Amino acid sequence: MKKTITTLLALGLLCAASINTMGDDEVTIPTKYINILGQTKPIPVAMSGFTGETADVLKFDLTVQGFTFVSPDTAQYLISGSDSGDVTGTLSDKIAQKVKFSRGYNGATKRRQAHAFADDIVEAITGKKGIGETKIAFKDQPTGYGPGEIYVADFDGHNARPVTTDGAIVAKPAWVPRQLALYYTSYARGNPDIFYHNLTDGQRRVLAGYSGLNTSAAVSPDGSKIAMVLDKTGSVNVWTCNADGSNLRHVTSGIEDSSPCWSPNGRWICYATKVNSRRRLAKVPAAGGAVQYLNTAGVSNPTEPDWSPDGKYIAFTSQMGDFSICVMPADGSQTPTVLVSGQNPSWSPNSRTLVYNHAVGHRQILSVLDVFTKQYKDCPHVPGSNSQPAWERKD
Amino acid sequence: MKMNRIIFPLVLALVATMSVTGCKKGQPKTTIIPGPRQAPIVDTGNQNTLPNSQPFNDNQNVQSNDKQPGGGPLPDNWTPDMMLRDPAALAANTIHFAFDSAVIKQGEEANISAVASALSANMNDRLLIEGNCDERGTEEYNRALGERRALAAREALVKAGVDANRIRTISYGKDKPADPGHDAAAWAKNRRDDFILLHPKPGV
Repeated sequence: MKKTITTLLALGLLCAASINTMGDDEVTIPTKYINILGQTKPIPVAMSGFTGETADVLKFDLTVQGFTFVSPDTAQYLISGSDSGDVTGTLSDKIAQKVKFSRGYNGATKRRQAHAFADDIVEAITGKKGIGETKIAFKDQPTGYGPGEIYVADFDGHNARPVTTDGAIVAKPAWVPRQLALYYTSYARGNPDIFYHNLTDGQRRVLAGYSGLNTSAAVSPDGSKIAMVLDKTGSVNVWTCNADGSNLRHVTSGIEDSSPCWSPNGRWICYATKVNSRRRLAKVPAAGGAVQYLNTAGVSNPTEPDWSPDGKYIAFTSQMGDFSICVMPADGSQTPTVLVSGQNPSWSPNSRTLVYNHAVGHRQILSVLDVFTKQYKDCPHVPGSNSQPAWERKD
Repeated sequence: MKMNRIIFPLVLALVATMSVTGCKKGQPKTTIIPGPRQAPIVDTGNQNTLPNSQPFNDNQNVQSNDKQPGGGPLPDNWTPDMMLRDPAALAANTIHFAFDSAVIKQGEEANISAVASALSANMNDRLLIEGNCDERGTEEYNRALGERRALAAREALVKAGVDANRIRTISYGKDKPADPGHDAAAWAKNRRDDFILLHPKPGV
């Protein structure tokens, strides 16, 4: 008991220390706000008994969900087990000196068994559901620009498979929540049109194929509405429609609107725009109404917002010479925190991890980032340039 | 309330099960991962499954409070794939833009009037304006910027007397560079509008 209290105190001090540190390399934050994006210390774990792919999966999954691998003496939790046949694993709390769980896995592949074990570890320690069995969609361009295909893969980039074979320019895949279905932009008919694609039966239909631009589809959390960028009226703005394309509505009227996303309660659409010669992020009621501009002081040229499924944060790309992934509280209580170099952030269902793309030479690769520890891992890539990842939405 | 009455006993039962199985040492509980590696993903095969290119039903209640730029709305009564492309005709009249700008530069007036003249020479011809960007800027931002560049040229042509409904626009964002290089010279060439003259298809 005494040990636990000491640890809690130590953690508290660490938190306080990291809040102060964060203040130094960011814009000045009013003192009445606690820097809720202050980096937290990763949870130290030690692993034994696993080899090859199982060990790799456990390391990847736990690193991008806030854990760090250390020697057994300094670990808070011990992960042990075997992958000589099926995966079996035990999680022990070294401080409380007790086994949290002990479990075996069978069926599917060893890789998937390892993901399931990682998810159980995450849930046992944090109480949050893991991301090991979630999927992403992204686009690949073999030559780095021009035509490409939409791919679907495990969240860590493994098992990537193309879901289009048009050889056309494609862009911005977006998942239908809780369904194996995507919306994306394709030039397959000669014009940038937004397609709906059911990945279970392969059926496709055009959601928006109006004259001019049809792109940047984003699906409302209940799946019933799509926000997108059109220029039917002769200016490039955000529009919404029902999932069948009906009930088309013109919701923004800025001069440089792009990249809509939804708040998880479905009431707001956040997007990038320009006002008074400055690029801003804004939000507008999905049903129409007054635009509110978000406080992105300290970073410039914000684009590509993505609202976390728990509603607390908005991730986006800023361009200050280079591209950076930034996160800010959705309630505007605090200015953005710059995390890593990259573009196109998309939240995981657990609201703590982002998938994004960043440059390696002149091509892009995907990476997965734990927002609160800034730990990230690069994904294996499909040959070419991989970008615009979209994480599936589970809830 | 009704939900609670159902869920609470279930939770109790679950907790009881967990505490029993959790205590057995050396006999780990087994989680069976059902089914194939992933849910099925059906390849669409080829473009044959694509719907035909047809003008969209535009008779919907469009709500708009926008002050429109000079070009006016983009009607859906025809699409460029109904016409024959003649990219050579106006290739010399490509116009270029400053970084991150959709404003037609001074000095491009001659190109705009050359395109307007070509369109007035044959009233059956139409025009596709292809807006493009350099590789800097994020992808979807650039796709919007390319469209704004095409719309800016359309506005200039409408001011020069061309019927707006003879013009269509397309943005390639940074996906169709004139020069795939990665330096300032390539970028300057890529920030452009290409003008594609469209002729009626024979027999149409």
